[in-house]
Amino acid sequence: MTHNQTTSNFPQDSDRTVANPATNPLVACDNVGLTFPGPVQALAGTTFQLQRGELVSVVGPSGCGKSTLLRLIAGLIANTSGQLQVAGQSAIQARRQGLQIGFVFQDATLLPWRTIQDNIRLPLELLRVPRSQHADRIHEALELVGLQDFARALPSQLSGGMRMRVALVRALVTHPELLLLDEPFGALDEITRQHLNEELLALWQSQKWSGVFITHNVYEAVFLSQRILVMSPRPGKLIADVPIPFEFPRTPELRGTAEFARLAAEVSLLLRGIAT
Amino acid sequence: MKFSLRSVIQWLGPPLGLFLLVLLGWQFAVSFFRVKPYLFPSPWMVLQAALERQQDLTQALLLTGAAASLGFLSSLGVGFVISLAFSQSAFVRRSCYPYAIFLQTVPIVAIAPLIIIWFGSGFRSVVIISFMIGLFPIITNTTTGMLAVDHRFLELFEIYNASRWQLLWKLRVPNCVPFLVAGAKTSSGLSVIGSIVGEFFVGYGSQSHGLGYYIMQSSGQLKTDLLFAAVLTCTLLGLTVFVLVNLVSQFVLQRWNTP
Repeated sequence: MTHNQTTSNFPQDSDRTVANPATNPLVACDNVGLTFPGPVQALAGTTFQLQRGELVSVVGPSGCGKSTLLRLIAGLIANTSGQLQVAGQSAIQARRQGLQIGFVFQDATLLPWRTIQDNIRLPLELLRVPRSQHADRIHEALELVGLQDFARALPSQLSGGMRMRVALVRALVTHPELLLLDEPFGALDEITRQHLNEELLALWQSQKWSGVFITHNVYEAVFLSQRILVMSPRPGKLIADVPIPFEFPRTPELRGTAEFARLAAEVSLLLRGIAT
Repeated sequence: MKFSLRSVIQWLGPPLGLFLLVLLGWQFAVSFFRVKPYLFPSPWMVLQAALERQQDLTQALLLTGAAASLGFLSSLGVGFVISLAFSQSAFVRRSCYPYAIFLQTVPIVAIAPLIIIWFGSGFRSVVIISFMIGLFPIITNTTTGMLAVDHRFLELFEIYNASRWQLLWKLRVPNCVPFLVAGAKTSSGLSVIGSIVGEFFVGYGSQSHGLGYYIMQSSGQLKTDLLFAAVLTCTLLGLTVFVLVNLVSQFVLQRWNTP
């Protein structure tokens, strides 16, 4: 087995990281857990690091706390045990101190009363980016996904795939350092999903953000990531860290290779092993 | 929306046809059974009374309409501001909401005389009564709209460290618009009722006379034909307000329509 399978404590192998090992990891989780009063344990001790520039997927069964992990990193909720550091400080501090984070939700989460360009403008408004820069940034963002002609359309006039593209570039319009994606393509058909996977990878290669991608689709995870973190059912914790060694840029043909199939099967078995 | 002649006929044809049928039946029944005019005047007599007092009724219509509009617009404005406050603090909401409900449950007829004692026997009191009766639907609907924000939108705003002010004006207020419009539909109708009820109490002491005054006066004098004419004029006012508010709401809600 090429992957590193552990139970609760999860050793870091520095040889796997792509970024300069001398710099601090962007996200460092050390035995991070979350228990809601009740008590309901949403996340058991989770340990992993995200290096700068890395793109990592997290797969796991429904309700295992994948989304919770993402919200912890975004500083939307606070962990109740362990240590979570983002850019060397607590997640909330990092965000408040100006670490640019992009968050893509399960569905597009566009404000229905705003046009496409005004939806993309929202983060700029909230972060008080000078108005003079808005037009250029919005144009740049729309160009990334080829939706220039829809700038003045309303979200209700777009297809699901187009809405998701808008949500993606809305998250990128602030030039984030960290992009958090919470099963963004789960509701799309397979072909649209594959297209968006390829577009997302191209954006990652050109823009060099760090990304955490939550999904329950094994193929998507293998195609997109440099490594895959596998989570156990609730209360979720990391049980495996599978490196995906394919070179970038990755082309659609990669999905047809034997190695791709082997890695997907391996991750599936890890997930199934959990489920049974 | 297209207003072709064909579509107008399709829309208005059936209800107008029914209306004419009822008028004919009414006229026939009254003549056939020789009903006394002070009990139930024929449509023809009502029309005559309406034409005879055309000027008075038109003035009354305008006056009552003005009172209802002012009452409605102030309940819209004041209700919105109260909802802004309610949306900002659960404490304020908990403290004030019972009194908002009190406003709704106390019969407006019961406090109308009190308002007249305080604000005089005139137009001002009518507007205030109309305002009070229209206020509650605005408060409940708008507050609900400001609080019923999808939690993912809240998270989205939180990601960008949105201030309370940004959250209010860029999320809660636009989110409440469809709710506000729904409240406005209820409230506009109530405001018309409020102004007529107000005039029941105010009318006699007032210099100018609204529709409520003519209803009371003609009822007291058993001028049933004038009473009918006044009631129909009230209906006309209510219908106008209904159509206007619906047109405005359709225009406003274009953006909020999700497929």
